[in-house]
Amino acid sequence: MSLFNARSAGTIYKQELLRAFRTALQSILAPVLTTSLYFVVFGAAIGGQMQHGMDGVNYGAFIVPGLLLLTLLGESTSNASFGIYMPRFTGAIYELLSAPVGVAETLAGFVGAAATKSLILAAIILTTATLFVDYTIVHPFYALGFILLVSASFSLFGFILGIWADSFEKLSVVPMLILMPLTFLGGTFYSIDMLPQPWRTVALANPVVYLVNGLRWTFYGKSDVSIWLSLGLTLAFLAACVALIAFIFRTGWRLRN
Amino acid sequence: MTVHLPAMENILEIRGLTKTYKGGFTALNGVDLDIRKGEIFALLGPNGAGKTTLIGAVCGLVRPTSGTIQAFGEDMGRHWRRLRARIGLVPQELATDMFEPVMRSVTHSRGLFGLSPDPARIEAILKSLSLWDKRDTQIRALSGGMKRRVLIAKAMAHEPELLFLDEPTAGVDVELRRDMWQQIAEMRERGTTVILTTHYIEEAEEMADRVGIIRQGEILMVDDKDAIMKRLGRTEAHIVLTEPLSALPDAFSNYPITISDDGLTLTYRGGDGAGQGKADVAEITKALTRQGIDYQAIDQHESSLEDIFVDLVEGGRQEQMA
Ligand SMILES: Nc1ncnc2c1ncn2[C@@H]1O[C@H](COP(=O)(O)OP(=O)(O)OP(=O)(O)O)[C@@H](O)[C@H]1O
Ligand SMILES: [Mg+2]
Repeated sequence: MSLFNARSAGTIYKQELLRAFRTALQSILAPVLTTSLYFVVFGAAIGGQMQHGMDGVNYGAFIVPGLLLLTLLGESTSNASFGIYMPRFTGAIYELLSAPVGVAETLAGFVGAAATKSLILAAIILTTATLFVDYTIVHPFYALGFILLVSASFSLFGFILGIWADSFEKLSVVPMLILMPLTFLGGTFYSIDMLPQPWRTVALANPVVYLVNGLRWTFYGKSDVSIWLSLGLTLAFLAACVALIAFIFRTGWRLRN
Repeated sequence: MTVHLPAMENILEIRGLTKTYKGGFTALNGVDLDIRKGEIFALLGPNGAGKTTLIGAVCGLVRPTSGTIQAFGEDMGRHWRRLRARIGLVPQELATDMFEPVMRSVTHSRGLFGLSPDPARIEAILKSLSLWDKRDTQIRALSGGMKRRVLIAKAMAHEPELLFLDEPTAGVDVELRRDMWQQIAEMRERGTTVILTTHYIEEAEEMADRVGIIRQGEILMVDDKDAIMKRLGRTEAHIVLTEPLSALPDAFSNYPITISDDGLTLTYRGGDGAGQGKADVAEITKALTRQGIDYQAIDQHESSLEDIFVDLVEGGRQEQMA
């Protein structure tokens, strides 16, 4: 028998997407509303006061990639973590564990679905943004590639979170207390060039800085840091998540007693 | 080393299976068990005996601490992928995505096991479990007994050759229980080997070809159902008399009867688990009436699982001492 059963993977993928549509209000409408609020507050109200924009880009447009990333990180993580945590919590995971399904099918199904949701969300947010600001994307293909990469990486990260968590509290604590602050401090709404020393150097230790700047470069061709470093770090993060998940499946940690 | 019987004979061979959970509790202790192809095997044991752990170890939910499991003649650990495709599991707990409609949930199960959709097959399964009318209903809106049947349908969706049913009749009323016994018998007729767990002797008696008795992680005995019932079945009856007797009348000396110190209660302990005990008690009451001995109450029951364990364990001790 083959090492990858596409039908099993496809079944998980479809199931997960269906589950998302069941909660469409929460998974689609909520992020759209939040993003719109950010545009109103930061883009229109504050950005209106900033005559010169940021890095030569109109402030409202400047925050588009940052806002997109803010949503992508949060939603990819929470979608994938809930996807695997819920069956663990209810016991329904017995079926997956007793099926002829390995780590590859499981990841393709759960992470693929979470990443797909993130892509749909990205498209909706970028469309919503056009209602508030004028922006163009300098490197649209790189932008798509980068969005894909970030969605996949953080879906993998969320998957690990959903396996690690043994309570709903732990499930929400990581996105709330780690991801969210890092994203806000990671130059979502400003260029880290604006920070005085030593904060500028400190900010460079925040991995989200590299994600935001990578995405911002694909939009406007400008970045505070080397985009190669951005790409390298993102790929390294993805590889680390995949390796960790492979290890989890081999040991059965938190999945099999 | 034992000589291996032809591979056709045993569908499952478990050797020295031990499971010690993280906290240090040993739920299975060196279990050896063979399941024959095509049989209905009942694993009988009290709460916490290790039944679910045993099933989990075969189905991939529990990682054995030591021991080997062979299914269809191949090692489960090495060939899990192709072997699991031939095994089905109905868990003890009613756990599944309750917001899914029945039909989609069962279809999903088939896909998860890597099989192409087969609506006709799913329809047949749902009809055989009287779920066809409910195919578009969300599972959460079904009664407990129906939910359990949905889980059975899900486990049958990939047409397993070996099916585990962990307490299939838990929470199912008497009438439905008979229904379910019937359905399990039909599965066997279609060639599926069924391993089920139960707390109830009657259930094992009703359905199984062979019975294994498990307690505290150890298999105490495995035998044909009839043999087990003969060996372990007991009827116990207490007959409360209206007037005390000074001694047991001679007419009853052929029966295993004792009389209480106050002369008011006759206690019968005997039978063979196949109806002999009940017939004896009927004869005894008739004889009492014939002799003009009046009684005011009869309390009669078949030996419980606990009685059987006491017997088995005491029997084991006597054998050891002999
Ligand atoms: N995940 C676990 N961690 C620690 N101990 C466990 C775990 N699962 C089960 N046990 C213990 O192992 C023993 C056997 O449990 P198991 O569920 O296999 O029993 P069972 O025969 O199925 O019982 P029941 O008839 O109540 O379903 C019990 O004492 C139980 O407390
Ligand atoms: Mg159990």
